[in-house]
Amino acid sequence: MSLLALSAPILADRVKKGEIRAAHVVEESLARIEAENPRLGAVLHVAAESARSAARAVDAAIGRGDEPGPLAGVPILLKDNISTIGMPTTAGSRILDGYLPLYDATVVEKLRGAGAILIGKTNLDEFAMGSSTENSAFGITRNPWDMTRVPGGSSGGSAAAVASAMTPVALGSDTGGSVRQPASFCGVYGLLPTYGRVSRYGLIAFASSLDQIGPLARDLGGIRAVFDAIAGHDPRDATSSPDSGMARRDGALRVGIAEGLLSRSGVETGVAARLNETAARLERGGARLVPVTLPDPDKAVATYYLIATAEASSNLARYDGVRYGLRVPGETVESMMRRTRSAGFGREVKRRILLGTFVLSSGYYDAYYVRAQKSRALLRRAFLQLFETVDVVLLPTSPTAAFAVGDRTEDPLAMYLADVFTVYANLAGLPALSVPAGRDAAGLPVGAQLMAPPFGEELLFAAAKHLEGTAA
Amino acid sequence: MPISERTIEHLARLANLDLDPDERERLAKDLGAILEYVERLADTEEGTALEIPSMTQLREDTPTPPLPSGVAVSVAPERHNELFKVPPVLGSERPKPA
Repeated sequence: MSLLALSAPILADRVKKGEIRAAHVVEESLARIEAENPRLGAVLHVAAESARSAARAVDAAIGRGDEPGPLAGVPILLKDNISTIGMPTTAGSRILDGYLPLYDATVVEKLRGAGAILIGKTNLDEFAMGSSTENSAFGITRNPWDMTRVPGGSSGGSAAAVASAMTPVALGSDTGGSVRQPASFCGVYGLLPTYGRVSRYGLIAFASSLDQIGPLARDLGGIRAVFDAIAGHDPRDATSSPDSGMARRDGALRVGIAEGLLSRSGVETGVAARLNETAARLERGGARLVPVTLPDPDKAVATYYLIATAEASSNLARYDGVRYGLRVPGETVESMMRRTRSAGFGREVKRRILLGTFVLSSGYYDAYYVRAQKSRALLRRAFLQLFETVDVVLLPTSPTAAFAVGDRTEDPLAMYLADVFTVYANLAGLPALSVPAGRDAAGLPVGAQLMAPPFGEELLFAAAKHLEGTAA
Repeated sequence: MPISERTIEHLARLANLDLDPDERERLAKDLGAILEYVERLADTEEGTALEIPSMTQLREDTPTPPLPSGVAVSVAPERHNELFKVPPVLGSERPKPA
């Protein structure tokens, strides 16, 4: 069996005991990427030499009897919107082609400190805007389970890489479902931590009130190990929280079942069937099922796209051809900026910048942006009330299994509706976990999503523990 | 809500983007469809307080070493010594060399 099929903490344990060398694990990962990446397009940049030297350092530390960290020798891939010093960080955009960050993101520092080995960077929808990894300036990523289908997005490269065992774990970012939906499409686990739990310092910003970094892994142990390594307060991210998580209450886990969502149009029968089975498994594991009603998912999507695009239009104003990245020459600074941005941004990014500009523009601000903020406040309040009666909520991660490449690229609204069940957690600042829930009739993975109150990651893990072993 | 190409052109100017006629037409159609979808928020309870929780914790106001300017400009597309270099900010005439 390949070492890369091991759970990250088990792999780290064997490295620490000296049973296997980190250098050997890294070679396996590099070989796997070389074999699989040409067909999948999951990895944009491989940092072979720095990975080898980091592995040698871990092996040397173990040889000296030093503590190499909880992720010793574990190879990891990072979504290419997470800054890595001296290693390309493109965010999937032409506008950052060739850009080499001057600093590491906090999560990168923490992973290095934990002994993990950075293998490279994964493909994504440009600036994390998309649900299929078809919006990257550097080509599409394909789903390892069916090459004619998308891996989901925007962390599709990380999900495809983990599903195809290039590495046991990877990092993605989740603004409206971008870790959980690709995890669901690729049959792996994906965690959105509570807003504030993981530092975003060094994450290329899309929508700052929604963005979070989260792990993807083929097993729950891998998710927990990476989450433990990257969580924690960081003074360099002003939204970072010192809260270290809430304790679980005693007694049976109360699982809210959002039954109404399963009969919604657009939810595939295979998804509904796997969700019902997941609920039954939780009940058999000792959980108490409680029917709940969630806020209108269409309103949540509408709220999300107004807030996310407004924030994106502001965040992406920084790409002006002056300080880093692409520059297209112009006669004046203004024409240089316009030409640079027009050539550097792809279609979906321009669409979202324009929508966000509209939402924030004079005359429309109250009708769109302020109304969306009110709707967000109502939604958050509804969820906090709901969590007074249940510990977690179970719902599909996505209404469908992986769709075909090219299926939704011409219809932005259809693409946005891929996020219909995932935007809740971002809007309300909740943690959420996508868990493999089996396959549909076509053999495609289906994901079940668990949501918990803020800082309730342990509740998610406790619920997911009941479900471990469900075939992906 | 239908969006005219003139509105798209106005937004593009605000966002520092140049769009060709095809892009303008397409974006007008896309934005119109998206805005129609978000109309469902129109009945959002009026007078709801904005209660977005603020978790912002400011750092201690103590200076730390900044990124040295030479390093900061090292990734710029054009630079002059330790400065970012840009085309003229005013007018389209290039200043005559001294």
